[in-house]
Amino acid sequence: MPIKFPFSRRRVGPTDAWTKCPSCDQQVFNRQLERNLRVCPNCGHHFRMSIGERIDLLLDEDSFVERDSTLESVDPLGFTDKKAYPNRLEAAQVKTGLREAAVWGIGTIEGRRVAIGLFDFRFMGGSMGSVVGEKVARCLEAALAERIPAIMVSASGGARMQEGTLSLLQLAKTTAPLVRLDEAGVPFISILTDPTTGGVLASFASLGDVIVAEPKALIGFAGARVASGTVGEELPEGFQTAEFLLEHGFVDLVTPRAELRATISRVLRLLPVAPVEGEEGVGEGRGWGPIGVLSGLAERVGGAVSETIGINVEPGANAGNGAGAEPVPGRMRSRTRAASREEDQ
Amino acid sequence: MTELTLPGGATVATPDPAAVEEAWRRVQLARHPQRPRTLDLVNRIFDEFLELHGDRTFREDPALVGGPAMLAGRPVMVIGHQKGSDTESNIARNFGSAHPEGFRKAQRLMRLADKLGLPIVTLLDTAGAFPGPAAEERGQAEAIASSIKLMTGLQVPIVVVIVGEGGSGGALAIGVGDRVLALENAVYSVISPEGCAAILWRAPDAAPLAAAAMRMTAADQLELGVIDGIIREPGEGAHTDHDATAAAIKEALIESLTVLSGTPTDQLLAARYVRLRQIGAFREMGGPSVEPEVPSLTRRLGRILRLSGVPRRPRWSEIWPSGEDGGDTEDEA
Repeated sequence: MPIKFPFSRRRVGPTDAWTKCPSCDQQVFNRQLERNLRVCPNCGHHFRMSIGERIDLLLDEDSFVERDSTLESVDPLGFTDKKAYPNRLEAAQVKTGLREAAVWGIGTIEGRRVAIGLFDFRFMGGSMGSVVGEKVARCLEAALAERIPAIMVSASGGARMQEGTLSLLQLAKTTAPLVRLDEAGVPFISILTDPTTGGVLASFASLGDVIVAEPKALIGFAGARVASGTVGEELPEGFQTAEFLLEHGFVDLVTPRAELRATISRVLRLLPVAPVEGEEGVGEGRGWGPIGVLSGLAERVGGAVSETIGINVEPGANAGNGAGAEPVPGRMRSRTRAASREEDQ
Repeated sequence: MTELTLPGGATVATPDPAAVEEAWRRVQLARHPQRPRTLDLVNRIFDEFLELHGDRTFREDPALVGGPAMLAGRPVMVIGHQKGSDTESNIARNFGSAHPEGFRKAQRLMRLADKLGLPIVTLLDTAGAFPGPAAEERGQAEAIASSIKLMTGLQVPIVVVIVGEGGSGGALAIGVGDRVLALENAVYSVISPEGCAAILWRAPDAAPLAAAAMRMTAADQLELGVIDGIIREPGEGAHTDHDATAAAIKEALIESLTVLSGTPTDQLLAARYVRLRQIGAFREMGGPSVEPEVPSLTRRLGRILRLSGVPRRPRWSEIWPSGEDGGDTEDEA
């Protein structure tokens, strides 16, 4: 039983006060572990995090609002192995306090609005069935509709066997919106945490415009046992770790947890959502002349600002200006700014 | 692994033995050694076929074949998994399990088809993508993912025919289409029945049970809405008559492509998107479900004492804290 201290703000470790680090075998005091972002203070081993802890780690305080929390799995196949699928679901719900293995919502990271989806490996291995796939797809579609960056924090064993090919097809369902994000110029950041394997890795998780992994996270297509069992080959050193993927060119960054929020924030700043293209003069604004460069820059900044505010302020300014009949968010502002900068010089 | 015993949770329903037998029979037929392989079918279905090789990056993967072909006088792009017909050819073809370069070759051919406006026909017959270390090193997951992504956005019609085993991600990598058909004795699954049995039953010989539970036969897939139609096989199965099987597939391809070729591109892409978006089964409960936990008096008091401020909302890590690690690994691709 967890011990509750009357004034403790944090809950005490779930089973007992100490956890043995699987990497260095040291006993770590649970409260210390939580304070240290669930990273072993001795060896830096990254313990798995719950969705709640991830939200607190990455997003601005009180900014996260969950969406589609009411989606619930059904048992489309009537699947029973040693245990019926509905019973497994119920056990996972009791164990984690979650309704499904993934949660998505809208929040901010250092003031920038993002659509973010997160996985909990403890819920049936973070496996992706119809509900998880639907949540991922809706998260990406929301990012598209609002023109805000999309972020996925994966931790999953793959597709959920209990929903058969319906789970398999979630690979395509979650990948299809990415084509639309590409066309719309909305960035997608994939964060891979321990472990990310199988169908989740073989779909959206591998397709981030930027892919960030946590140190030593297990990331691979087939489980290591499957790989060695099927093939009977000796596995290379550090096989299927985040570092292995970095070396082979499949992730951009391996970032310790303490720097994760800052890193994501940098990525968001450096790779903003593309400005909305006007029907005319796109090339002009992106030209390489001094004015072109400036206005291109201002356009970027302006875009980011209006992104942060969440709405575009342009239509009014546009009307006052009387110049363009077509409301082209971002572009009027950028021209004005570029002009004023030019005057400053 | 902690398993909670829930009231009424100990139901170990035995599946209908007839269903198990039927499912396993189909799996056996789909894997039948005399079953026509992709190239056997391609050479019978198409008037002309020019096999192209290589992914232009690493190497040629013989487990996946493709190239332009003529279907009843019209050019199309054909891509398919290629199993062997005996031990020697199976080793050469890696038993139809492609490496990343196989899927990258497929992508290259699809881009070519897209460029020239050729409809795409894919024939699925694989136990799955190859899971070995070399495949991992070269990004098996990325190859499958980007192949799926490419197919969802191609501007040409795509018809998919599952001709043998539709094994997991390796099958889906060339299996996204506007029309997905299956031969009568083909199977389609998220994981091989053996793999599923090993993980969930912890006994590989439970494979027939797993095959039935996953409902992987063509008829089941049609019922689930994963495929759009079934192509009848001759007599006892495709292995008895390769010519008749190819003729049946050809007829279905011509019919599908005639319909799809008349569809404007934007409608085609919109329908493809909707098709993928709709797959899956879930329910949506009314009203908000996860109510933020109401802070207890002691907690509130504690906060007031520590922060001397308004009691803040509970942090998300308090609502969804981490418990013990590990748990079930219900996985596979």
